[in-house]
Amino acid sequence: MIQRLYIFTLLCCLAFAAGAQSLEDTLELREISVTAYRRPPEIIAPQRLNGEQLERLNSNSVADALRYFSGVQVKDYGGVGGIKTVNIRSMGTNHTGVVYDGIELGNAQNGQIDLGQFSLDNIEEISLYNGQKSQILQPAKDFGSAGSIYLRTRTPRFAPGETYHARGTVRTGSFDLINPSALVELRLSESVNASLSAEWLNSSGKYKFRYRRVNPAGELAYDTTATRQNGDINATRLEFGLNGTLHGGEWHFKAYNYNSERGVPGAIVNNVWRRGERIWDTNSFAQANYSQSFGRFTTLNNVKYAFYRTHYVNNDDKQVKIDNLYRQREIYLSSANEYKITRQWHVALSYDFQWNDLQADMYDFSRPTRFTNMVSLATAYSRPRFKVQGSVLATFIHDELEGKESPGNRHNFTPAVTMSLVPLSCARELSLRLFYKRSFRMPTFNDLYYADMGNSRLEPEIATQYNLGVVYDRRFSGLLSALNINADVYYNRITNKIVAYPKGQQFRWTMLNLGKVDIRGIDISAAATLNPADQLYVTLRGQYTYQRAIDITNPADNYYRHQIPYIPHHSGSAVANIQWRQWGLNYSFIYVGSRYNQQENIRYNYTQPWYTSDVSISRDFPIGAANLRALLEVNNLLSQDYDVILNYPMPKRNFRITLRIEI
Amino acid sequence: MAITSCREDELVVPTEFDIVGDEDVTSPVRGFYLLNEGNMGSNKCTLDFYDYHTGLYARNFYSERNPSVIKELGDVGNDIAIYGSKLYVVVNCSHKVEVLDARSGIRLGQVDIPNCRYVRFHRGKAYVSAYVGPVLIDPEAPRGAVFEIDTTSLAITRKVTVGYQPEEMEIIDDYMYVANSGGYRAPNYDNTLSVIQMIDFKQVQQIPVDINLHRVRQDRYKQLWVTSRGDYNSRPSRLFVLQKRAGSNQMEVVDTIPVPVSNMAIHGDSIYYFATNWSNYTQKNSISYGIIDVRTHKVVSDNFITDGTDQDITIPYGIAVHPITGDIFVTDAKNYVSSGTLYCFSPDGRRKWSVRTGDIPAHITFLTQ
Repeated sequence: MIQRLYIFTLLCCLAFAAGAQSLEDTLELREISVTAYRRPPEIIAPQRLNGEQLERLNSNSVADALRYFSGVQVKDYGGVGGIKTVNIRSMGTNHTGVVYDGIELGNAQNGQIDLGQFSLDNIEEISLYNGQKSQILQPAKDFGSAGSIYLRTRTPRFAPGETYHARGTVRTGSFDLINPSALVELRLSESVNASLSAEWLNSSGKYKFRYRRVNPAGELAYDTTATRQNGDINATRLEFGLNGTLHGGEWHFKAYNYNSERGVPGAIVNNVWRRGERIWDTNSFAQANYSQSFGRFTTLNNVKYAFYRTHYVNNDDKQVKIDNLYRQREIYLSSANEYKITRQWHVALSYDFQWNDLQADMYDFSRPTRFTNMVSLATAYSRPRFKVQGSVLATFIHDELEGKESPGNRHNFTPAVTMSLVPLSCARELSLRLFYKRSFRMPTFNDLYYADMGNSRLEPEIATQYNLGVVYDRRFSGLLSALNINADVYYNRITNKIVAYPKGQQFRWTMLNLGKVDIRGIDISAAATLNPADQLYVTLRGQYTYQRAIDITNPADNYYRHQIPYIPHHSGSAVANIQWRQWGLNYSFIYVGSRYNQQENIRYNYTQPWYTSDVSISRDFPIGAANLRALLEVNNLLSQDYDVILNYPMPKRNFRITLRIEI
Repeated sequence: MAITSCREDELVVPTEFDIVGDEDVTSPVRGFYLLNEGNMGSNKCTLDFYDYHTGLYARNFYSERNPSVIKELGDVGNDIAIYGSKLYVVVNCSHKVEVLDARSGIRLGQVDIPNCRYVRFHRGKAYVSAYVGPVLIDPEAPRGAVFEIDTTSLAITRKVTVGYQPEEMEIIDDYMYVANSGGYRAPNYDNTLSVIQMIDFKQVQQIPVDINLHRVRQDRYKQLWVTSRGDYNSRPSRLFVLQKRAGSNQMEVVDTIPVPVSNMAIHGDSIYYFATNWSNYTQKNSISYGIIDVRTHKVVSDNFITDGTDQDITIPYGIAVHPITGDIFVTDAKNYVSSGTLYCFSPDGRRKWSVRTGDIPAHITFLTQ
């Protein structure tokens, strides 16, 4: 009953949710009108959060912001430095592509991107695409993931007469947080501008958490509060960008460097309240992008070099010391080309080449190198009320191992079809969308070659998705200025799922293509903007996700047809934002329903729901040409004691203050 | 169980009961404890008890008996044994030996020992092997140790440094034999059995046997049976027999049995063992369940499960033999991250019953009346 009530409340939120979409769309249009080049809109619009909204959502990192997207589950190990990965529509982290300023981030070692490492400071927009970005002019790799997150950093935009922008930000608050950042944007010439962004993050990562149990009679069994230890982080980020416009085109160059030293707080278990593991990360990349149109022909070219270094040390005096260094390199080249056969019919051909290697100072490590060639062919046909795109991606992978025989080559063909349709000519605000997509995730270097555990005979893990959705998007004049509602139902199937399987003697594993998962879900999101009075804007957003993701591997397993770990049946969020003159007030609520922390859906693996309320208040102070903004955030307002991941306690109520000056 | 949408008070982990029905009220064996290791970081080390008086299998009883223990029994159980009136539970990743009353399961205390592995007893003292010694002579390659605990005061009384990552121990004639694995030093495994003189608790000898030693058991003829895990690659797992040469006080390897032994239990003149071998070619495990005669050192049976039900076992993990009836217990750890199963076989190898356990059922100790 309580559960029903909850869903009902959420749906209510959605139903009378009114507003942000129109405001942000207008903002975006205004911004885009200044830039030289614009891509056509996708036929399936993504879920999107940008600038102002991101700033007010009480988020420390990209991962925190992604909690407001439907269909997404974030695995959060807690704290400022804790690892945070995302899973779209229960397909697993490795099926999620993360694209940073147009080029996908890679991790050939384990296939997972820690989104906790990506600061929101310089991010202008986060978009989430189920299936793929429904655009045909894109790198072949962008056709590859089952779901993608696109992060776009701030690009300088100068009004006539402006020659520079500068922004300085200081954040401080709970966890002994010190987080200053600075941004400078320069207009170098009529067509070239530069930006430099720098950030330093330091935090002890210490926070109070509490575990409490009662016996069935309601008497207290234990109640203990302790401080999270070894969750400290010290990180720097440096980003340099050069952007230029050409006649009918543009180019971008970006250099990125992230350095961090972190403690790994580890699981809280009986008799163990602190651990001694530490990780040093260096992530650097340089990338360039060039796109230009010549009549009916448009070309988009990317190049990237990336270097990742991870140093892991276990200093725990109760454990055996571990000290491992991993180094990964990536070279990526891509050329995407589109030809407009007619105004309605476009075709595109993309070719990507990628080279990866991994070095580790471990015993019996075979130092893999991977060559990936990808070719995609895509076509789009559009009528005013009907748009369709089809694509097929061919991927060829060849691995080489140092001092060992290379495993066989792998290749895969993965098609996708996307459609959108306005069924009624008298109601153009209503549209239908559907897609089918087949994709795969390659076994990672760890899956294939990790010391004793890897299995070089692994096949790729396959994801097949079917999606049907409805969109209602309308602008009004009057109190309700915009309303946007999306609802999708989907069916996904994971086959050849790569799972760890016990091998030989005790506690040794190998990886096998054993699993099958059947996923059925519903995503609903709504946004509305209200303008009840002059200079007063109220934005309401809500989203709800239902997922049934069950393991259908083997009827003999005692978890056959059980919900897979850490996927709640119900989850959702609601956000209310009020802007009045220089004031801003934001309330956000996140709900993640009960779930199981292991494969079997039994009492011993049950994990309680969690839900947090976050509030922020901001005020702008114009000082001459500059603007000062002060922002106060309170997270986990009701101080709920919860774990997202079993034995990784999350912080109780915590605060953050931001001061930002912008010229 | 109701799945609600709001948070509720977190309840003490409840005990679950299954009716097994294999009752025996007259036997001097009252029942047995089964320790489920639980996966690392899950804090799901749990204790089960089978009661021959009631025929009831109690799953995960620790928390209900000891509700005030913060974060329950702990993370990764590794050994369990009864000595006198006390039950000792070695909880590896909680770095402690939990001491319970053997009849009631109520907690009496704990002894903190870093990275503790196995427990054995001798003349009123408990001995616990640990991967990390009390003093780090070389922090890059810490040697392991054996700790001595007074079973009355539960205080650590003595400790001795042994080889690398010591595992099981056995005590014969006032000498303790400790299997050193060196498992964290691959490929430089340890290959010795440490000999400790109990009077002054000093290591007096290291006997080379084979790399990566694990189990040490004695039979009633004072022979030592020692298993090696090999290097999981070209060097196979093996079983070795050590005896004292006539007139000498020193153990030496007298025989090698060419079977890879994962775990074993000695009952009378028989060693019940199983061996699991992974084939890269078939991508499958091949498992054998055998019996060795301790007098002849010969494999006398290559399957002690005679009714074909061994096919139901994914990964055999723990083994024990009922000291009176000779019933054979084998635990199945499945995929290590879900509930396991305990199987009971009659001495002639037919399945009598099975019951669901916790995660990674592993170690069994019998409680006498």
